[in-house]
Amino acid sequence: MAMRGWPLIKLLPQKTNFHFVKYARFAGVLSVVLCVAAIVSCFYPGLNMGIDFRGGASMEVSKPAGQVIELDRVREAVNGLNLGDVQVQGIARRDSNVDDGSTAILRFQVPEGRDQTQVVQQVEGAITGAVGQVNYSGVSVVGSKVSGELFTSGLLALGVAIGLMFLYIWFRFEPQFGFGAVVGLLHDVILTFGLIVLFKLEFSLNMVAAVLTVIGYSMNDTVVVFDRLRENLRKYKTMPLRDVIDLSLNETLSRTIITGVTAVMVLAALAVFGGEALFGFSIALMFGIIVGTYSSIYVGAPIILLWGVKRGGGASDDAKPIKLGMASRP
Amino acid sequence: MIQLSRWKIILVVVSAVLGCLLAFPNLLSPAQREALPGWLPKNALNLGLDLQGGSYLLLEVDVPTMREKRVTNLIEDVRVTLNGAGIPTNGFQRETGGVVVTLANPAQSDAAFKALQQLGGQAGPGAQVERTATRLGDNRIRFAYTDAALNSMGATAVDQSIEVVRRRIDSLGTREPSITRQGSDRIVVQAPGESDPTKLEEVIGQTAQLTFQMVDVENSVQDAMAGRVPPGSELLQGEDGTPYLVKKRVLVSGENLTRAGVGSDQSGRPAIDFRFDGAGARRFGEATAANLQKPFAIILDGKVISAPTIQSAITSGSGQITGNFTIQEASTLVNLLNGGALPAPLKVEERRTVTAELGADAVAAGALSTAVGFAIIVVFMILAYGFLFGGVSVVGLVLNGVLIVAAMSLTQATLTLPGIAGLILTFAVAVDANVLIYERMRDEARAGRSVVASMDAGFNKAMGTIIDANLTTLVAAGIMFVFGEGPVRGFAWTLTIGVFTSVFSSVLVAQVLLGYWLKAAKPKKLPIAE
Repeated sequence: MAMRGWPLIKLLPQKTNFHFVKYARFAGVLSVVLCVAAIVSCFYPGLNMGIDFRGGASMEVSKPAGQVIELDRVREAVNGLNLGDVQVQGIARRDSNVDDGSTAILRFQVPEGRDQTQVVQQVEGAITGAVGQVNYSGVSVVGSKVSGELFTSGLLALGVAIGLMFLYIWFRFEPQFGFGAVVGLLHDVILTFGLIVLFKLEFSLNMVAAVLTVIGYSMNDTVVVFDRLRENLRKYKTMPLRDVIDLSLNETLSRTIITGVTAVMVLAALAVFGGEALFGFSIALMFGIIVGTYSSIYVGAPIILLWGVKRGGGASDDAKPIKLGMASRP
Repeated sequence: MIQLSRWKIILVVVSAVLGCLLAFPNLLSPAQREALPGWLPKNALNLGLDLQGGSYLLLEVDVPTMREKRVTNLIEDVRVTLNGAGIPTNGFQRETGGVVVTLANPAQSDAAFKALQQLGGQAGPGAQVERTATRLGDNRIRFAYTDAALNSMGATAVDQSIEVVRRRIDSLGTREPSITRQGSDRIVVQAPGESDPTKLEEVIGQTAQLTFQMVDVENSVQDAMAGRVPPGSELLQGEDGTPYLVKKRVLVSGENLTRAGVGSDQSGRPAIDFRFDGAGARRFGEATAANLQKPFAIILDGKVISAPTIQSAITSGSGQITGNFTIQEASTLVNLLNGGALPAPLKVEERRTVTAELGADAVAAGALSTAVGFAIIVVFMILAYGFLFGGVSVVGLVLNGVLIVAAMSLTQATLTLPGIAGLILTFAVAVDANVLIYERMRDEARAGRSVVASMDAGFNKAMGTIIDANLTTLVAAGIMFVFGEGPVRGFAWTLTIGVFTSVFSSVLVAQVLLGYWLKAAKPKKLPIAE
């Protein structure tokens, strides 16, 4: 401990003085543009729905390391079965994380009215006919009825989560805070969806869990800032609201950065080492956490500024809403 | 002064010891776990199907089809009863739950009503009348299942199906299958280790509805195939595709079967021996006695297996089904028959399989990423806050990990692949509590307070924030648990456990350890503050 500057935390400036609120207008415009783009992208080109929500089947096939599965021949053979759109895609081997052409994943629809089991058996037959004996390591088939229900309940879960968060913040803080938090949440959720579309990540049940976790994390972040904001509002009764917001954001900044960086680093480990199944999941989470951190600084708190807030202890009048971006302070 | 009260120390020590004890079985092999003395906990983590490999099937009980079938049988009962009483009819009108029969001669209305009332009374075991006759006018009588009977048909069908599915899976020798009801008409089957869902599905999915019906010899099969199927008969196919015209009325059904076994017929080929219960034997005896030299059809799941001619009345209640069986087919059929018939067809709505190797790979990937993630946090915390404060949170983190494993093992919650991700994220966020506390301490120290005062204030002031922040995660986890299915639930449960253990270990452990440090070192300034 003799070393100066170690622990590293000492290297962080003791007191930061960023004027976050000053850039809130710019950030707001950026966020709105990005959100609109994300919403549009959810319809066009649209989410890449996994079989959980679309119904259908996915199969993972592999040959021993070194042998190659000819994807074209598989595609051709399975297309001959009239199943509509069949996706055949080579993936990395589980045991080596290398794509040597020996492992592939197939996704297809089970046409309405045809027996799932039979279709799967036909596909297995076609594959064997085209490229010889393969191993089937993971096979999932979801009926259209179930997938519809899963989708509805997934969306419902997201809606309920956002609603409950709003109520929670409302009771714990004040309505304005609740509103700011929910706008921040929606912002994070929408942008996460945008990312899922942009990177063509498969939207599955796991992805719903990822989005819900983003909601949890983003809320966590927002609550820490709001907590400090509320405390400072009580402490500095006469300070202009925008200054209190800046002060609170600056005071919690080191914590925001440390926690965010830790979480992102750990998720990066998960994305790299967690294998195919967790890759999309961890990418979405990582992005959600970055966006969540951004939104609790640039979306949640400035929203409160727009709406104004009632200060505790007497009718101090500096709780009036102040227009964003105006009044440049000395 | 950081409160170093006795209960806090005791709580930390006790939970650490308990946690280690409960998490310990995970280090042993299953055999070693079995050999543990009785008072030690034996439960290891309960791995989900995606981690240990196995099959998942979501089945839906097709209640409407079953009701249809029951009504068909009821109509045939009415037809046979009225025919037997010499009452000519002018038509049957099928409706939900029953039939309205129009009599040719209104004068026979009383007699018909009486006959049908009797039929209704006989039906169904127990005191409850299942089927009732109502007069709708001079020559029309409605004969139908009561509403209560129709309703209980659906409910009991699901219960029975679960029972039958369980027996059938047991006969496969699958290790620890779990068969649970979901919603009003669904059954979830999870069979760890079973990586051939097709086999599972075949055994589960067969209705094994065994019936004995007379072959309709008065009418020609050709006519029926041309579309003129006489009322009261139906056209069925044999196993080799031969068409059969059989009477719809069921003489005896599989419900009366008491035992089936693999036997062999006269020429030594595999056959199925069976035995009826008392009622079945009596009905079978009567039917065979009344239909000597006529063929009857043995029908399994809508397919005629064989149609022997009755040589003599079979009153013993036992008989043999012959057909072109292989030994394997015969024994599968025997299993199905012994397992009981499914009251209604089951539709597979969802099925997922993961082979054991894939599961093992997932575990390896999960373990590796957990280890790397953990290492990153440890290095980062020690770099950021030094050996003392960083170290304290690392100790908290380790205890947190042990407690999570202990709690998951104790509650036998299922750990899934996304659950592992939840675990890793929990570690990342667990540090958050420490960061909040430490940053507070630095704030206070900067404001000029003494070491003791700033540490004390750090813990006190951060607590509210920590609770608020974690409650939100808990809310999210709760929602996932209520609305989620399968893997999402596993994730939610892991997250929930993680919230509790991480708050406990990062706050209390830090308090106790730093309390000791304060006492021993009596520091002049806070190492993490300038």
